[in-house]
Amino acid sequence: MANPALPRPDMPGPQPVEGTKVTSVSAHRVAPLLRVSGGEIRDVIFKSVMMTCGLAVIGVLALIVWELISGSGLSWHAFGLRFLGTSDWDPVNEKFGALPFIYGTLVSSVVALIIAVPLGVGVAVFTTEMCPRALRGPLSFFVELLAAIPSVIYGLWGIFVLVPLLSGYVQPLLAKSLGWTGLFDGAPYGYGMLAAGIILAIMIIPIISSITREVLMVVPQHQREGVLALGATRWEMIRVGVLRNARAGIVGAVILGLGRALGETMAVTMVIGNKPEITKSLFAPGYTMASVLANEFSEATGDVYLSALVEIGLALFVVTIIVNALAQLLVWTVTRGQPARGHA
Amino acid sequence: MPEATNKVVVPAGMPPITWRRRLMDHFMTGVAILTVVLVLAPLVAIFGYLVYRGVGSINWAFLTQTPKPVGEPGGGMANAIVGSLLILGIASVIGVPFGIGAGIYLAEFGRNRFGSAIRFTADVLNGVPSIVIGIVAWAILVRGHGFSALAGGVALSIMMVPTICRTTEEMLLLVPQALREAAYGLGVPRWRTTLSVTLRTATSGVITGVMLAFARVAGETAPLLFTALGNTYWSLRYDQPTAALPLQIYVYANSPYEDWHRQAWAGSFVLILLIVTAVAAVRYAVRRGTFGTA
Repeated sequence: MANPALPRPDMPGPQPVEGTKVTSVSAHRVAPLLRVSGGEIRDVIFKSVMMTCGLAVIGVLALIVWELISGSGLSWHAFGLRFLGTSDWDPVNEKFGALPFIYGTLVSSVVALIIAVPLGVGVAVFTTEMCPRALRGPLSFFVELLAAIPSVIYGLWGIFVLVPLLSGYVQPLLAKSLGWTGLFDGAPYGYGMLAAGIILAIMIIPIISSITREVLMVVPQHQREGVLALGATRWEMIRVGVLRNARAGIVGAVILGLGRALGETMAVTMVIGNKPEITKSLFAPGYTMASVLANEFSEATGDVYLSALVEIGLALFVVTIIVNALAQLLVWTVTRGQPARGHA
Repeated sequence: MPEATNKVVVPAGMPPITWRRRLMDHFMTGVAILTVVLVLAPLVAIFGYLVYRGVGSINWAFLTQTPKPVGEPGGGMANAIVGSLLILGIASVIGVPFGIGAGIYLAEFGRNRFGSAIRFTADVLNGVPSIVIGIVAWAILVRGHGFSALAGGVALSIMMVPTICRTTEEMLLLVPQALREAAYGLGVPRWRTTLSVTLRTATSGVITGVMLAFARVAGETAPLLFTALGNTYWSLRYDQPTAALPLQIYVYANSPYEDWHRQAWAGSFVLILLIVTAVAAVRYAVRRGTFGTA
């Protein structure tokens, strides 16, 4: 490409004017960008300041890990691995076992996934593959608006709208139709695992659907065209040409949603009932790792009690990190790596 | 050749479109529409209820008075609104420079192993549950010193940094390399180029990241529970327990008093207004952003 801006040989570039003493003041006024004195050292300073900011990010994470490990030492020495496997939670006698909280966190998150995955993926498929182009933007905006609502407002809504709705209508119905499974047993108070699962589901749908949408959009267009050209209906095209190719990324989106659900605190604390018990029924109140921290941390008396709570925090931290790393990896393989291939 | 690697997998010999396949197609379209309806229903229900209960509950007293003693009707959340702004201000003052600085490092100097480590750490930090960050802020700043707005602000700033850092990096990388080269060609030192050319070009994008981070932490409650703690009186000091809107909503929602429930709705309405304004401003800024050439 010819570049007309290149200087021709007969046109010399700007020459320094001899005999003009450039003071730093006038240079600053005339052309502040051209001041060169001490440029090198400033570059070095600039780079190291920016590097410090980057280091701070690593430092903060290291600090989190250090505080969690050192804070939970006492509990680790007292209970060891038993801490994660026993279910007494008795602050008075200083006996602590985290099993009910781990159970509650897992069950509420699984309930949330069961509800949120079909809905989130469905919305993503609809917005990328089915809906009119004009609707796409507004629809994804509205779904993502769900992510902007603070957790505490979900909790408030849960207490005053969802819980009465569950105890008045949904739970009696579930008990009548599916009571034989044992999952929907007991008094329909509203507060409990089911309410927590539903609230969590609403909160993670935007994550699942927006990442699934991203993943679906990187599926090459010729995949769709190819399947359609072979005489497929639209649904068959989506199933064969799109979903199959995006599988790994969708799983990643789901796991990312799981990561959010595991660490979610306020909304769950407000509707789950906060009772450290392991029960099969989803109607029964439960307790999660995050909500026991929210409820008991500021009132914990005694070093062992506090240390046990910090250890729950550490466990939560480790689990969410593993889950998130796994999810990132899966999403990454689809969106940035080689296009995933459907196997024969 | 991409055609060769992306083999389209199709059942051998697709049969002609039968009524059965057509029915399945319509059925699945219906299912997809149903999922959209089911997802939008809670959104409408939550916002509808918020507006319905919130608008009716806001009054002058709510915006100008401090809470009344337990169980007494009346009073307001003025101190919580101001306290929230104070905590968010502290969080922004700490979080924004560090986030932008780290983002600049990643975009301009971060093509190495150290940069990847920061990138990975930021992503990990982004996934840390907010309550865990609250514990750490407590362990560092509250234990032995007492609850304070500063501790709350620091906890929130830790949550802001990863978002700001990654969006800043992304936005700076969108700035064309030629712009930097042009500046170097004029003899502008590197630091000056980064600040006056690159960062300046990406300003609207960087602000987007900051506002997103702000919106994300504005409604956070969990990290404030044992850092800022809450306060029923006015406090504008950084080293005192401070009221915050989300904390107040949480306490009032769990209380047995009708009037406090009303105020919880009013507080939620104010909070969501704050956040939606921030998000809407971001979308507006992005739509008319300065990235036409990038």
